[in-house]
Amino acid sequence: MAIEIRIPTILRTYTDGAKAVDAKGATLQELIDDLEAGHPGLKDRLIDKGALRRFVNVYLNDEDVRFLGGLETPVADGDTVTVLPAVAGGAR
Amino acid sequence: MLTISRELVDKIIAHARADHPDEACGVVAGPIGSDSPERFVAMENAERSPTFYRFDSLEQLRVWREMDDLDEEPVIIYHSHTATEAYPSRTDISYASEPNAHYVLVSTREELGEKAEFRSYRIVDGVVNEEEVTITLG
Repeated sequence: MAIEIRIPTILRTYTDGAKAVDAKGATLQELIDDLEAGHPGLKDRLIDKGALRRFVNVYLNDEDVRFLGGLETPVADGDTVTVLPAVAGGAR
Repeated sequence: MLTISRELVDKIIAHARADHPDEACGVVAGPIGSDSPERFVAMENAERSPTFYRFDSLEQLRVWREMDDLDEEPVIIYHSHTATEAYPSRTDISYASEPNAHYVLVSTREELGEKAEFRSYRIVDGVVNEEEVTITLG
């Protein structure tokens, strides 16, 4: 069971420039662990202290996984996971 | 250097004024590799705050996919500062995540009156470089 994960420009140094990579797993957490095996360092850019980083958006198909089950969100064959760095900032 | 049309500059400033005193934000998309800002996309500031902005995550996904489909990239990522100068703050620098983008800042702080400050930066790996802005007619 392979699921496509779309990688943003800034993280493509971990994927040899690939825009999308495949990984396996039944939940987002398993997917990210599998991703890390093939692309060391990527997990740390997505997860901090066991939770998704606050300024990284991860989507399952059309939904932000924060509104689903976070890292526990189940994933299935044919799903697409998209990673986008949040665009944020402020005056302080 | 950022080269941008007067029309797009006016649209960005108009958006900043419309959302004042909250920060306004958005992108100007252009063909990948062209460095040419063309398509203005005002975004929702999900924070609705005078001191912070963040693109709404679902809107961002929609806009990023649209750019993907059109072979575009975010040539400009803009936001406003409504009480301080148009210079990237520490938060702006730490969250800057598009190394190819021009980060445009507009200040609508009161002391500027009718004038707005419009400046552009490259922000890569925590390093800020201000760049010249050339405004073309049209």
